[in-house]
Amino acid sequence: MIALEAINVTKIYGTGVNAVTAVNDVSLSVNRGEFIGLVGPSGSGKTTMLAMLAGLLSPSDGQIMIAGKDIGRMKEGKRTKFRGKYIGFAFQANNLVPFLTAQENVELLLRLNGKYNRQGRQRTLDLLTRLGLGERLRNRPGQLSGGQQQRVAIARALIHEPEVVLADEPTASLDTERAHQVVQTFAELIHEQNRAGVMVTHDLRMCKYTDRVIQMVDGRISRVIADRAEILRLAGAADAMDGHPVPTNGKPVLAGDPIAAVHGI
Amino acid sequence: MSFYLALKEVWRNKGRFLLIAAVVSLITVLVLFIAALSEGLASANREYIEKLNGELIVFQEGVQLSTTASRIGRSRIAELRRVDGVAEVGQVGFASAKLVPASGDGEFDVSLIGIEPGLPGEPAVFEGQQLERSRSNNVIVDEGVIARIGAKVGDTIRLKVTQGTDEEFYDLTVVGLTDRRQYFFQPAVFAPLLTWDKIRPQGADGQPAGELVSNIAVARLTDPSNLEAMADKIEQDVDKVEVVDRQTAWEAIPGYAAQQSTLSTQQFFTFFIGVLVVGGFFQIQTLQKVAQIGMLKAIGLSNWTVGWTAIVQIVTVNAIGVLIGAAGTLALTANFPVTVPIMLTGPTALASVLALLAIGPLGGIVSVFVLLRIEPLRALGMAQ
Repeated sequence: MIALEAINVTKIYGTGVNAVTAVNDVSLSVNRGEFIGLVGPSGSGKTTMLAMLAGLLSPSDGQIMIAGKDIGRMKEGKRTKFRGKYIGFAFQANNLVPFLTAQENVELLLRLNGKYNRQGRQRTLDLLTRLGLGERLRNRPGQLSGGQQQRVAIARALIHEPEVVLADEPTASLDTERAHQVVQTFAELIHEQNRAGVMVTHDLRMCKYTDRVIQMVDGRISRVIADRAEILRLAGAADAMDGHPVPTNGKPVLAGDPIAAVHGI
Repeated sequence: MSFYLALKEVWRNKGRFLLIAAVVSLITVLVLFIAALSEGLASANREYIEKLNGELIVFQEGVQLSTTASRIGRSRIAELRRVDGVAEVGQVGFASAKLVPASGDGEFDVSLIGIEPGLPGEPAVFEGQQLERSRSNNVIVDEGVIARIGAKVGDTIRLKVTQGTDEEFYDLTVVGLTDRRQYFFQPAVFAPLLTWDKIRPQGADGQPAGELVSNIAVARLTDPSNLEAMADKIEQDVDKVEVVDRQTAWEAIPGYAAQQSTLSTQQFFTFFIGVLVVGGFFQIQTLQKVAQIGMLKAIGLSNWTVGWTAIVQIVTVNAIGVLIGAAGTLALTANFPVTVPIMLTGPTALASVLALLAIGPLGGIVSVFVLLRIEPLRALGMAQ
């Protein structure tokens, strides 16, 4: 069942001669219980795409459908409310409220959605314990490591049972081991809870936890890999390069096609 | 949600918020002290005139309402008493003297005020009796004198007055005690006008023979509802007098208006500095929290909630500072000796505290607008 759908979405910044097309006629859909990786070089439009899927940015054209509603056409106030109810977020940084404990940060979304009750609090404890933070409930973000903070952010993204969970470079500030732990847990929870998950990442090794990899280049979808074996091969090849795509054909990878650079296709 | 976030942040960052609350409390102390000083000085200047038991004050014409320059003689008093609508008129004379305590040490200045017993100008006593005879050596003293020397009914007080070039001493009997009636920053001693005329400081030539002259006259009216018309009528009926109400009279006391406007200016600038300090603090706080606010908006906090959170926080911290400062000032002013012109009355304190409570919202209004304008996308570094 489709939980998130982008239909012919275009985003143009500026007007006239200064107009820049960041996303050009992109369509994609994510089913419940599916976790996709959105990859691409810098400037490919993947972050703009994520911002539109998150309802933080309105498309210039096309539709973004979540829970049967076109969030691109909503007014700002309504869209903010919609985000709080139907979308869960994990950002690459500035993720948590610094003066709230780990538990309070997660419960913030319950309060926001009127679900701050005994069951909600118990669910928070269970989720944080599941994420290995049972002993860190009363610690504030400043007292947690980067990996622990990111796990709190994941708990917060899922606690209010949203339709869609979005992550923007969730491993950007983590070492390799922690990055694998965080994304693996994230993927497991998305599958278990039957949410639709989208993760933007530069690190192709993390794709092995996703069900589908969508690459964007120059504002368009350039490649979709849905085959499990193919995804694992891609991640393995990236792993052999320690996660950093290197130019194999003399072309700078960040401006070209990372999957081709890593995967040799 | 707004209260939850606002108060959690304050509680978890007590040090930082206590610091700004402490600054607000110091500003409060300063503003209240200036207000109390302003009220105290004003009161010390005008207390007697303000509490006079007559509605209109009669000055000699052309002296710019100066009590020291004004001269009102007996004959003019007689004319005043004949004006239709005037119930009673009393002569009042002002002079300075030194009160010498029984120990002989610590003499201090007093306003020696001559009044006509039983007529407007004589203060009501709360203990003892009113003055009865015009030529007696009986006096009434006010609370300023009582506080300094512990005067009681029946005590004898000694006044030192310079007559010509000689110092002379007069022993007077306290027959009544009245509330605070300072005039020109000095506690007051009230004597019958004839006694006052005899002991008041005079030049080397002494008092010229002739009618008994006072500085002003106080008129009580049969119908005090239209003071202006009555003042005009008196000025028409009696030659060479200028008639004003009590407020106009005390505002004309030398230095009164200048002093009050100076203190008001100081108060305004202190208040203004408070607005800038509080505004600056919350503005810096806001700029440090741009990413955090962007994240909160992204996960679903409305602009309304974000704005209210900021306002609740600003008002709370400011109110804590104002309350600490006000309590401290009240405790301090309550313990000041009577000689210090600090007077914090209910309305003055309330007006100042209300103005100070507005410092927070006024100062923080810019930061609230900044918060409302934060775009989540930009704050999270996802903008193109």
